[in-house]
This record gives sequence, C-alpha cells and structure tokens, in this order.
Amino acid sequence: MQFLKVKDTIAFMSHRKVASMISILLVVASIISLATNKLNWGLDFTGGTLLEIGFSQPADLVKVREVLEASGYDDAVVQLFGSSEDVLIRLGQRENVKAEMLGNQVLSILEQGTGQLIDMRRIEFVGANVGDELTEQGGLAMLTAMICILMYVAFRFEWRFALGSVTALAHDVILTLGLFSVLQLEFDLTVLAAILAVIGYSLNDTIVVSDRIRENFRKVRKGTSEEIINISLTQTLSRTMITSLTTFIVLLALFFKGGALIHGFATALLFGIIVGTYSSIYVASTVALALGISKEDLIPEVIEKEGADQEELKM
Amino acid sequence: MVVFIVAIGALYALPNYYGEDPAVQISGTKGVQADLATLDAVKENLAAADLTYQSASLANGQVLVRFNDYKSQQMANTLLSKSLGDEYSVALNLTPATPDWLASLGGVPMKLGLDLSGGVHFLMEVDMKTAMGRAQESMIGDFRTKLRSENIRYRSVKEAGNGVEVIFRNSDDLAKAESLLKRTYGDYLFVDNEDKLSLKITMTDAKLKETREYALQQNITIIRNRVNELGVAEPLVQRQGSKHIVVELPGVQDTARAKEILGATATLQFHMVDQEHDIRDAINGRVPPGSFLVNDQDGRPQLLKKRIMLRGEHIIGAKSSLDQQTSQPQVNIDLDNKGGSLFSNATKNNIGKPMATMFIESKATGEKNPDGSLKFTQVQEVISVATIQARLGKSFRITGQDSPAAAHNLALLLRAGALIAPIAIVEERTVGPSLGAENVELGMQAILWGFALVLLFMMVYYRAFGLVANLALAANLVLMVGVMSLIPGAALTLPGMAGIVLTVGMAVDANVLIFERIREEIRAGKTMQQSIHQGYDAAFSTIFDANITTLIAALILFAVGTGPVKGFAITLSIGIITSMFTSIIGTRAVVNALWGGKKLDKLPI
Repeated sequence: MQFLKVKDTIAFMSHRKVASMISILLVVASIISLATNKLNWGLDFTGGTLLEIGFSQPADLVKVREVLEASGYDDAVVQLFGSSEDVLIRLGQRENVKAEMLGNQVLSILEQGTGQLIDMRRIEFVGANVGDELTEQGGLAMLTAMICILMYVAFRFEWRFALGSVTALAHDVILTLGLFSVLQLEFDLTVLAAILAVIGYSLNDTIVVSDRIRENFRKVRKGTSEEIINISLTQTLSRTMITSLTTFIVLLALFFKGGALIHGFATALLFGIIVGTYSSIYVASTVALALGISKEDLIPEVIEKEGADQEELKM
Repeated sequence: MVVFIVAIGALYALPNYYGEDPAVQISGTKGVQADLATLDAVKENLAAADLTYQSASLANGQVLVRFNDYKSQQMANTLLSKSLGDEYSVALNLTPATPDWLASLGGVPMKLGLDLSGGVHFLMEVDMKTAMGRAQESMIGDFRTKLRSENIRYRSVKEAGNGVEVIFRNSDDLAKAESLLKRTYGDYLFVDNEDKLSLKITMTDAKLKETREYALQQNITIIRNRVNELGVAEPLVQRQGSKHIVVELPGVQDTARAKEILGATATLQFHMVDQEHDIRDAINGRVPPGSFLVNDQDGRPQLLKKRIMLRGEHIIGAKSSLDQQTSQPQVNIDLDNKGGSLFSNATKNNIGKPMATMFIESKATGEKNPDGSLKFTQVQEVISVATIQARLGKSFRITGQDSPAAAHNLALLLRAGALIAPIAIVEERTVGPSLGAENVELGMQAILWGFALVLLFMMVYYRAFGLVANLALAANLVLMVGVMSLIPGAALTLPGMAGIVLTVGMAVDANVLIFERIREEIRAGKTMQQSIHQGYDAAFSTIFDANITTLIAALILFAVGTGPVKGFAITLSIGIITSMFTSIIGTRAVVNALWGGKKLDKLPI
C-alpha cells in the first residue's frame, strides 16, 4: 500500500518565496505575541501553591470559592481539572504564612467548610527563586542543545546545512512557544521537555532530508542546486509523511488517553511535529539554498562519508 | 545474537510482570533487632485485628509482612506502630513479588517515580548567605585574637564585602600583621592599602567552596537522620547543584508531619555532672534544687547541674579522628570566639570533674493540638560524659568513646546541634496515592493505544515487512523495560511514560526509511536482493545521524532537567539506543532469515 505515488519531481523550491513569507510572518507574529501576551507560566516557573483535590461527588465550585474567601484566601483561582469531581486550586505567594504549610492548611479549611471528605490528590509548592533558576536553566538547555547540534551537523555535513537545520529548529521552537502564548496554554516543565523533544524530532526530519540532498548532489550529475533539492525532497516526502503520521498517531493516543497532567506536553509535541515536518521541507532547504549551497561544496576532495563512492561503483 | 539480547532484555523485563506487593517492614531501633519473638508478636497482633496478609517473614533482622491490598497495609501500619512501641520502627514498603529464581539473577521491577507511586518530594535550600556570614564572623574573631596575641595594634576589624577589613594605626603594624596572618592562614587572600592603612582579607575560591560544601554536607547528614525517623522504606536524600537538597519520601501521605520533622530543631548543651549529691536519692524523687535528671543513650539516669556551660550554637565544627599516640578515638571540637571565652571561664574551676553533653531535640508526638498543628515534646538525652582534663578554650577534644564509630556518631550529633546555615523548603510536590495509581493507568493506556495503532498502520502499509517492523517494535518495548529495570536509580515517571509513547512512534522511523529506500530501489529496476541490500546500506548513515542528534537533545535534557523532565529524558535516551538496535540489526536478521539467499520476483513490501 502507498499513499503517495509521485512520479514527477515536485517543484517544492519554486514555492519557497511564499513559504518563507509565511514562515517569517508566523515567527514575527509569535514573537509579538510572546512580547505582549507573554507566556502563561506554570507554577514551576512562577512559584506559589497548587492543590488538586478530589470530591466523591461533582464538586461545587461556588461553595469551594466561598469557603476559601471566608478564610481570607480571596486570590485563590479555583477550577475543575480533568473531571467534574476534581478541583484545582492555585494560590499566589503570600507573606506571614509559611509557604510550605499553606497547602495543608487550605486542605483542612476546605474539609471543615464543605463538610465533605476530600481526597488529596496533589499538592505542589514552588518557591519564587526556584522558578527564576528554572527559567534560566531551561533557556540555557535549549541554547546548549542548539549549539551542540549545530556543531555536530556542521561536522558531519556542511556549515550551510548546519545553519539551515538550526534555523529550522529555532523556527519550530518559536512557533510552538507562540502557540502557547496565543492560546495562553500553561507553560510548565513538561512543556519545556516537549519543546526539547520537538527540537530532536524536527532535527531528525531535517537530517534525513539533508542527507538525501548531499547524496543527490554527488550522484545526480546535471541539474541546478534547486532541481536537486526538489528531487531529494520528493524522494524523501513519502518517508517524512509516514513517520510524521506514526508519531502523530501515538501523540493523539497520549493526548486523549494520557490524562490531564500530560495535555500540555502532548499539545506542544503535536503542534511541534506539524511545524517540524513543514520546516524540514521548507525552512532548512531554503536557508541552505539561500546561502548558496552547490555541488562543489559537497563533492569535495575529502570524502566525508566513508564508502560513499564505492557504493556507487557496486551498482 | 539478536535473539540472545532480546531474550536477556525479556528476562530482566519479566519482574515488572509480577509487580509489587504492598508490605510493612518492621525493624528494631537503637540496637534492638527484630527476632522470631517479634515475628510472633506481629502475627498475633494481625490475627487479633483480623487482618489478612500474604506472608510474614524474618530476614536480616527485619520482619516483612506482605499484604494483598493497600487498605490492609495501611491498617496494619497504624496498628503495629501503636502496639510494638518505641523500640521498633514500622515502615510502609513496596516489595517486589518477583519469584526467587528471577530475583537471584538480579531481576527487579522498575522503580516508579513519585508521580506514579504517590509520595512527597521536597527541594530544600541551604541559606548560604548565613553560612558565609558565620564564616566571616569567625574570621573576624580569629584575626582579633591572633593580632592581640602577637601584640600588633589595630584600629578595627570589621566585615567588608565578601571578606574582612583590618585597619591599622601605622604602616609598620600593617606590614607586621600582613606577614603574620599570611603565614598563619594560607587559604585567605590578602590585599593591603598603604594609604588607608587597611588590610583586606577574603577567602580563596577553594576556601569559599569548602565553606559552602561543609554547610551543604552538614545539612544532608542531619536531614538523613531525621528522615530515618519518619519510617519511610526507601527515602532519597540527595544534593542537587551547589545549594539544594532533594528529599523524596515515597508513600508518605501525612506531609504535614514529614515537614515538621524535617524542620525540627536540635540543640546541644554542656552541663557539669552533679557529684555532690547522691543520684539514688534523686531517682527516688529527691532531686536537689539546681540539678536535674536526664537519661543517657543506654537509658541510665544521670544527675546534671542545671547551669548551662555552653550552648550548641557556639560550635562551629566537630570531627572524629584517632589520637596519633594512643590510637584512641576522639572528637575534635571547634568553638567560635564567644563560645571559646565562655567555655574557658566555665571549665577553669572544674578541671578533673566530669562534664556531660546533652542533646535536645523537638520530636513530633503524633498527636495534634486543637488547632491542627502537631504536638511536640522535647527529648533530652546525654550523649557523652567526659572528664575535663584542662582549662578548655576554642578548640578542644572529647575522648573516652568506645569505638571510632561511636566517636563519628558523636561528632555528627555535635554538628547537628550547630547548623551553620538554616535550611528552607523551597519546593514541594505531593502526589496522593489515588492520583498515582490513576497516572499509571492512564500512562499504560496511552502506551497500549499508541502501540496498537502504530502496529496496525505498519501492517497495512508495509504488509509482511510491516510485520517484521512490528516485531522489532515489540522487541524494542521489551528491551526498554528490561534496561530501565536494570539501571539502578532510573525511575519511571509519567513524562517517562510519555517518552515511551513517543519512542514507539519514532522508532518505526528507521524502518520506514529502510523500507521506502527498498521500494525506491525496486522501482529503479534493481533485483529484489540488491534492493534489500541497498535499502539497508543507504539508510544506515541517515538513521545514525538522525538518531545521534536526537540523542544529543535527550542527553542535554537529562543533564539540566530535574524530576519529571529527567524521567522523560531517561526513557527517550534508552528508547533511541534500543530502537536503533532492533530496527536496524533486528529487522535485518529477520528479513535475511525470511527472504535471504532466494531468487525473488516480488517482495511483500
């Protein structure tokens, strides 16, 4: 069975101006949204206290809010989480109460106030400074990842490809962050992990394409750089689509079956894979092309890939 | 070879199939060992309360009772901790239900992270500012004493920035002092200023690091001691970075109690032993005014004078060592300046008399005050009685310990009485047992659904070759679980399960690459055998490059990530490596076995 029976080469690169425009627009829009809306930082980054509690019957949010307000917790954000019995309560930092005791206090207040037995499902407390450190560390992790990858790709391929793939990565990361900013989805640690996984995934895709471009530059003797890139993209299209599809399938399973705690993670990855697939076709190749990649760069006297030449002789 | 490796993986993945039994673990405290009598007592207690249990056994001085469900485990825990009393500690535990033959091969199930097993995670921060402040104070004192003892006149010694500044009256004193201090204190940096007649002294980087390290290590030791009191089966106390300590207590639900105990304070006091009165009278109720009775560690009462000679806050260091001449164990104690002069005054008239060191700790009683906070009692205990040999100053030693271990323990307790730097909980994550179980359930469902859908897709799309890839995918899952079980310290978390799901989706990528390549070669008119060969060869370097870069991302995630992120990075990294093995080498072996060496006109791809 085959979805894509492509006989002719698809002229991907002839649309590259349109694609670039779209990409630039989206990136700019993401950056503007990040600058104005900011990210909806989760508890991991902002600090504060969070409680998830379970009632044995559908929860009465109004009552919960009343009880909390009566006890002076008027800044509490109360919402349902996952099901109608589960309630999520968020509290900001506060003075004169020992922050680490807050969760347990609120729990007992609610038990007395509602007169119901409450199942403590989760209490999280994060100090303010911890969040700052995390933000710093997270940003650092992303930068380190990109630099290491840049170095590896430059070493294995060519600096134009390296720059192309890292541009693609930055593109994917910015768009995914933009999505979280526009939709004001909560950005917590698991989302950060997901974004790093998006980096890994997008790169995987980009490398497969670059690898084929390199191979074709050596094998196909005639044709412009643009034509060769088109041929390579067409040849790998089927694989790109199928891998994206299988990954997409498992992520859908995660999104629908994995529970509310993992929603942000699955959302970031689902979106990241869509833009990652797109960017491996358009962004990475366009950048490499714009930087003037040509046959001469890839058929060097130095054989980069051992055995590449012999392979052709065997045929 | 492939079969062998997968079989080994399967063997070590097997313990996960058997799972774990909820259990209660009873061990003796303070030198008491659990024995057959304890086992009988436990059995009687459980029988009397009509609690059913799977088995109860005695091993390594501990009684282990396995239960069929968590409810009876909880009930037994409450029951036994009440009825067995203070001499035993009762802890909740999860014990692998692995059959003996498998356990003897080293097979253990995967550890579950706190988000799956339920429990508390604390991140504690050591207040390094205070630690540094204390170090500065002691520097000031040291310099004053030293300069005075050498008769070098100075105008003032005070804190300045990260160090200490000494101001002199003339440049002659400055020069003398600088050379003296430089000789005495090798690990400080000296900068003099002739115009201002000042000498600035700061710690070297090595000394700074040592001071911080000491504050951190001391806190870790104290927290370990306190955690042991909580009766948690497998607690984790670990440093994280330069000033944080991670405490993980699986299965603990009463977080309020855990926090109170972790935050409890311990102090030390030195008292003279009252020798003028008869201790037997005191035991019989006639305690002389000005004295009081305290038990020592063996439970024997001691009569001490009420006057406090010195409090533990003046202790700045305590180390155990062996006397170089007699090889007797000893504990060397350093006091701060104030402590030194106090102690010197207090000991000068008491030479030849015994002095007791008393350890005072606030312990939660388990009962609650009307407002919900925990009731505390002060527990006092004499940890050492030693004879004062000479007038003691800033630096002295206590001898007379039975063994190096006892000396080490005393040093540890002495340090516990004098925290250099206070510690605060800066992060807490508590997961209730119901949520933990639910997370396991949800994670498993996501994995199964993802796995099933990918299997189905591959089978439809690549037919027979798809089945081969599916076989590799299944083998990959088994290998991943096997490797996770083998690596000590690798715990499965909810994001870790997400990592497994993601790996399932991405692992087929290698096979997709290979199969697409084979199809291409067939279309290009090559023979079937050539196409298979070409497909694997050409795809290899692509797969390798692509996976290495993903692995880089995963490893960076592992290095900088904490908690949930680390769990994800672990499964992702393991998944990348095992999937490369199964999807390249594994499928190649199967493909060769099925279609190798035959002349084929068509391939079921």
